[in-house]
Amino acid sequence: MRGACSEYGYISAYEGRSVKTADELIIGNKRFTSRFILGSGKFSLGMTKTVMESGGIEIVTLAVRRANTGGEENILDCIPKGLTLLPNTSGARTAEEAVRIALLAKELGCGDMIKVEIIRDSRYLLPDNCETIKATRMLCKEGFTVMPYMMPDLSAARSMADAGASAIMPLGAPIGSNKGLLTKDFIKILVDELDLPVIVDAGIGRPSQACEAMELGCAAVMANTAIATAGDIPMMAGAFRLAIEAGRMAFVSKPGRVMRNGGEASSPLTGFPGNPK
Amino acid sequence: MRINGKDIEMVPPMTLKDLVAGSGYCEDRVAVELNGRIVPRSEYVNVALDNKDSIEIVGFVGGG
Repeated sequence: MRGACSEYGYISAYEGRSVKTADELIIGNKRFTSRFILGSGKFSLGMTKTVMESGGIEIVTLAVRRANTGGEENILDCIPKGLTLLPNTSGARTAEEAVRIALLAKELGCGDMIKVEIIRDSRYLLPDNCETIKATRMLCKEGFTVMPYMMPDLSAARSMADAGASAIMPLGAPIGSNKGLLTKDFIKILVDELDLPVIVDAGIGRPSQACEAMELGCAAVMANTAIATAGDIPMMAGAFRLAIEAGRMAFVSKPGRVMRNGGEASSPLTGFPGNPK
Repeated sequence: MRINGKDIEMVPPMTLKDLVAGSGYCEDRVAVELNGRIVPRSEYVNVALDNKDSIEIVGFVGGG
């Protein structure tokens, strides 16, 4: 099979013909062609736009904090027009605090998407699934498109789906750790069992790990620190873009089987040239 | 009154709109919570402030 990915989909062979299939990420009522979600923390404002361009970014996360006075440049002025803003509820320790931050974000005029992030543990920054389920329910009732950041746990994920989540965002490893897809087996369970987009958020440190998440069948990958701590930030954003596209194409093309034992020749085992006399 | 955690004495009576503009905030880049309730931007001009008010003024920053 030969395939070529583009921002509009992928080309593959079907019954001997080449077909082009739209391959969109659908979250709530929005459609995206990029599957690389960027966290906008830790970049200088001057770098923000460049990173988004090299990463082919369509969705970018933001945080809500006390505003500065004095006409400092705002991050919104650095985000290319047409991108979808995904505010997070970072700083929230309870469902009620998350709802408060989400409502403030909505008032800031960013649309109705919200990444629920509720953390009570400041050492490992692990999310509280119970409060997150509660917040998901409350925010869905308020009309938000809710994307909860969560510990990859099947029963919690099902509760979030039942509460109305539009996607779920399990962590690969602790936030900002660059440790990779430590929760791989549990994320695979979510991919297999849920009808929602599963987006790996947090911990992904290398393009190869992002690619692996996509090969598993994740709908998208979110990264921030991996790019912000790279030596060449725009180039690393480009590397993630390619890795995520490659992983998606690999998943769609259905990877070949793995043999339990032994090997299987890929060259014919007959027709060897005879020995010269 | 208390603005973003700082106690400030309001001298002349003012509206929320006066406060936001006069303190150097960019009005279309902030959201305001007055005593725990969000005030829509279009209402700033109608809200007279009191010295007992507690105000949070927030905006977007970079974050994952």
